[in-house]
Amino acid sequence: MRDYEKYIRYRTFPTPWCPGCGDGVILKSIAMAFAELKLDPDDIIVIAGIGCSGRMPTYFNTNTLHTTHGRALTFATGIKLAKPEKLVVVVSGDGDATAIGGNHLIHAARRNIGIKMILINNGIYGMTGGQVSPLTPPKFFTETTPYGNIEPHFRIRTLLSAAEVSFVARETVNRLTQLKQVIKKSFQHKGFSVVEVMSNCHVNLGRRNKMKSPLVMTEYIKDITMSMADYEKLSPEEQESKYPLGIFVENTQRAEYTDLYYNQVVPAAQQADAQGGK
Amino acid sequence: MSQRKVLQGNIIIAKAALAAGCDFFAGYPITPSSEIAQYMSKEMPKMERAFIQMEDEIASLGACIGASLAGKKALTATSGPGFSLMQEHLGMAVMAEVPLVIVNVMRGGPSTGMPTKPSQADMMQARWGTHGDHPIIAVYPAFSDEIFSETVRAFNLSEKYWNPVIILLDEVLAKAHMDVEIPDPGSYEVYWEKTHEISDLNIYDRNIGENPPRIDFFHSYPIHIDSLEHDAHGWPSFDAKTVDKMQRLRMEKIYYNLDDIIKYKEYFLDDAEVLVFSFGISARAALAAVKMAREQGIKAGLFQALTVWPFPRAALQERFKKTKKVLTVELNMGQMKYEIERIAPPDVKKQTLLRANGLPFSPGEVLETIKEFVK
Repeated sequence: MRDYEKYIRYRTFPTPWCPGCGDGVILKSIAMAFAELKLDPDDIIVIAGIGCSGRMPTYFNTNTLHTTHGRALTFATGIKLAKPEKLVVVVSGDGDATAIGGNHLIHAARRNIGIKMILINNGIYGMTGGQVSPLTPPKFFTETTPYGNIEPHFRIRTLLSAAEVSFVARETVNRLTQLKQVIKKSFQHKGFSVVEVMSNCHVNLGRRNKMKSPLVMTEYIKDITMSMADYEKLSPEEQESKYPLGIFVENTQRAEYTDLYYNQVVPAAQQADAQGGK
Repeated sequence: MSQRKVLQGNIIIAKAALAAGCDFFAGYPITPSSEIAQYMSKEMPKMERAFIQMEDEIASLGACIGASLAGKKALTATSGPGFSLMQEHLGMAVMAEVPLVIVNVMRGGPSTGMPTKPSQADMMQARWGTHGDHPIIAVYPAFSDEIFSETVRAFNLSEKYWNPVIILLDEVLAKAHMDVEIPDPGSYEVYWEKTHEISDLNIYDRNIGENPPRIDFFHSYPIHIDSLEHDAHGWPSFDAKTVDKMQRLRMEKIYYNLDDIIKYKEYFLDDAEVLVFSFGISARAALAAVKMAREQGIKAGLFQALTVWPFPRAALQERFKKTKKVLTVELNMGQMKYEIERIAPPDVKKQTLLRANGLPFSPGEVLETIKEFVK
């Protein structure tokens, strides 16, 4: 048994994911990050919402919680505030995190509560059969954009930067080592972190956009992603269809929410109480 | 020593929750419940207990479920519109068997309605607001001392039966300053369920009718909790036999223990010709009315439900053996009257006093209706 396998709950296999799905790579890279940090499985909780990503917690041999659509961050907030010393990981798809859960996403970033989010971006609602998501690229065909997508898509990096996120990064399922490394770094970060993982849904996105096989789709991901240095060399028009990779923001100066609550609010309240005020 | 104080209804709830061991609050401001959150934000950090104002009511109940699963006694407080937003998570709490308490200070509806006016508008939302068949417990205090005792009881019931418990409160009582007896700690029961030690994942493995043991995250053995229908291990399962058993487990933990859960008060009912059925603010008017009726020689009595869900069916049916007239008084356009119609035998005459225009009933109005009814 390899190190990371103790974090995988094999008894719940098989997974519901289609053959060739990037979710398996992400599952493995998260488990590898746990292993490298030598964490006790009982000190970890993995939480997810609804969708293909929503089923991921079941397969971790840690504490796991499968919640409602888009709301995983709210449960995570309660757990983190209740047990600040635990590693609280949220796995979310693009529809889950940025459509129905968009409000919670920006508020978790604003609050800088120490939750570690893995945002799987496959650009589609996979489990419901392939409807457009806020991260589906323009012009793409989906079950609900049969004439091509007319909506622009969110950019996680800039969206969360506006909410003053303290850690945001992007990686792809093509690069397991880098992905594991970035996830591990995000776990070591004190505040709220988001690692966006570009993943392939060849079944529900690729099939309708001339990328039917996992290999063609991972090649496509390779084509649209690049280092930040290469991305910055592109013209604004060229940048529109490309995605830079790497850690974009890593701010260790911002205070973490539960740290502020227990080390600033609590003593202030107790002091006020002792002085007979408030 | 117990203390006599003059306090707002919302503050009585907050104080009682802290006395019951509430150590986590997540909420979102909404009239007429906001004082509960305000009081908690001030008092909870003094006790090193967690308070957070979330981005909406959905997030508030989500945070409460998370905290409860991590071993806290969680509370949120809201009003009708916020309670509507919470319904999906209320279902999740029932499905995953999560103890927590939700205060719904009811106001006029539907929609934004009348935020500063009372209405017993959410009787059925409390029962059937979330989708799917589910058990629910809802308590409804009417007098100031009951606001304290029912809040403590709500926490106890939620811990005991691993189910969300709703406290319904009237806008008028939430805002009014009332004379209240805050009992001495130790003079009332505070239920603490010790976290159960486990060595396998069969967290829902129990016999039908048995109370679930408390099992928390981060307690020696990693567990899985799911919003999907699940088997005894918590794994997602749609196997018909398994689903049937799990549904019965959740239902029967409540329905095997009705004697422990259902609470009501009876006034002047032994020889009553007319039974007034009421709860909350309307029961206060009704109690004054039956006393006035008695003074005028009319044999009226009051059945005040403190537990409104599950419905106090057996106790009422016992009364209907002798009392053949029932008057339902509720500040809505008719919600609980259907429960009375369902359970009262055909020979019992049924009358109602209903309205939802923002004005609470006066005792005189109830008395007039009683007089008309006994004619």
